[in-house]
Amino acid sequence: MVTPLGSGVDVSWRRLLDGQSGLRRITEFDVSDLPAQIAGMVPQGEEEGAFRATDFVPAKDVRKNDAFIIYGIAAATEAFRDSGIELKTEEERERAGVLIGSGIGGLATIAETAVTLEKQGPRRVSPFFIPASLINLVSGQVSIRFGLKGPNHAVVTACSTGAHAIGDASRLIALGDADVMVAGGAEAAVCRLGLAGFAAARALSTGYNDTPEKASRPWDKGRDGFVMGEGAGVVVLEEYEHAKARGARIYAEVKGYGLSGDAYHITAPAPDGDGGFRSMRAALKNAGMTPDDIDYINAHGTSTPLGDEIELGAARRLFGEAAKTLSMSSTKSSIGHLLGAAGAVEAIFSILAIRDQIVPPTLNLDDPSEGIEGVDLVPHKAREREVRAALSNSFGFGGTNASVIFARPENA
Amino acid sequence: MSDIAERVKKIVVEHLGVDEAKVTENASFVDDLGADSLDTVELVMAFEEEFGCEIPDDAAEKILTVKDAINYIQEHG
Repeated sequence: MVTPLGSGVDVSWRRLLDGQSGLRRITEFDVSDLPAQIAGMVPQGEEEGAFRATDFVPAKDVRKNDAFIIYGIAAATEAFRDSGIELKTEEERERAGVLIGSGIGGLATIAETAVTLEKQGPRRVSPFFIPASLINLVSGQVSIRFGLKGPNHAVVTACSTGAHAIGDASRLIALGDADVMVAGGAEAAVCRLGLAGFAAARALSTGYNDTPEKASRPWDKGRDGFVMGEGAGVVVLEEYEHAKARGARIYAEVKGYGLSGDAYHITAPAPDGDGGFRSMRAALKNAGMTPDDIDYINAHGTSTPLGDEIELGAARRLFGEAAKTLSMSSTKSSIGHLLGAAGAVEAIFSILAIRDQIVPPTLNLDDPSEGIEGVDLVPHKAREREVRAALSNSFGFGGTNASVIFARPENA
Repeated sequence: MSDIAERVKKIVVEHLGVDEAKVTENASFVDDLGADSLDTVELVMAFEEEFGCEIPDDAAEKILTVKDAINYIQEHG
């Protein structure tokens, strides 16, 4: 994974549990006229844990791809290497696919190229502009690099993209279309156009430009919108017997997957939380689990005035008495909202919570909103506890909802 | 002449990410330097920018080697 906390799973997870923030003032481009001037930018350079594009992609190819593709390739490379999978035969390659989505795609590249077109004319538009910007080109690039000749797909469901990608990829395996799927989401839409657009929709935090690490504060009274983030999360999913046969290290099992639509509003969540309720309920049903089986919910929890409490209300309604014993936190408090990558990055955090039996914190939950008592929202500090199964929620513009349940592998 | 040749070679090295030693005058962009069809379009754009000229598509299609590029720019640049 690539996150505002750093490059790679180990550094991101360590810093997340440590309560660090990946949010800061944007210095990469002019933000002086924008209402939101902060973001979760991936740290770049030579420092420990920083991201270096050329570690993953030859220098000549870096400028031929938007950053979201580079992040996606990097995350997929880490995941694929970690899996230890070797595709030796043509048949094995044909049974291995890729499904990596993005919410927006190459927004910065599109914005810059539009300016080039207007100022310098069509002859100055790069032949790489389209393949540098298309959402499914993360999947395309990854398939070429690792020889994945099975299903080649991409999800576009705004902020639910990453969760849908992992859920849909697990279904492709369950339905027999592939034995191995490289799945996740990538995003790099933190640019002037992206910030201006989300700010115009009144979705972003604007009151913490001088204290960026305090800006993302799910369920806190002082919250005033989400903070954009960038990065990518990718997992390798494998058919269970296939993984067992090769002695794979199994982090977790995809136990359940639920989807729903709000059919209510283009950007606002339905006030009764019915969409999130139904996607969580569908995931539980698909998993054959009861609320008692879930120990941790990684919330969508974006730090918007409306969404956080609606999601909590939906979880309470579904989990009933069991809501009192589970832990629910929003890791967006640390890394911001990675849009199409959020669901995939948060799925990995949920899986690591199961692996390490610890739940990551909700930062900045200083003054909880009224009426949220009775559910452990893991304020400020990570906590060790039993995590048998974790549910990760993602909700997107357009009223699209996804919930994925991960559980400890059977033989663990 | 050497000035144009040097500038052409520098662009080729930068855009195709190849070793300078490989960029001989007879080197073919596609066969010897690993360019694909999009790379060759981008190379021509880079030549246009560097030398402030316009290379029409039918002429661009005939620029297949480093030497072709140098010759074209000498004649039309």
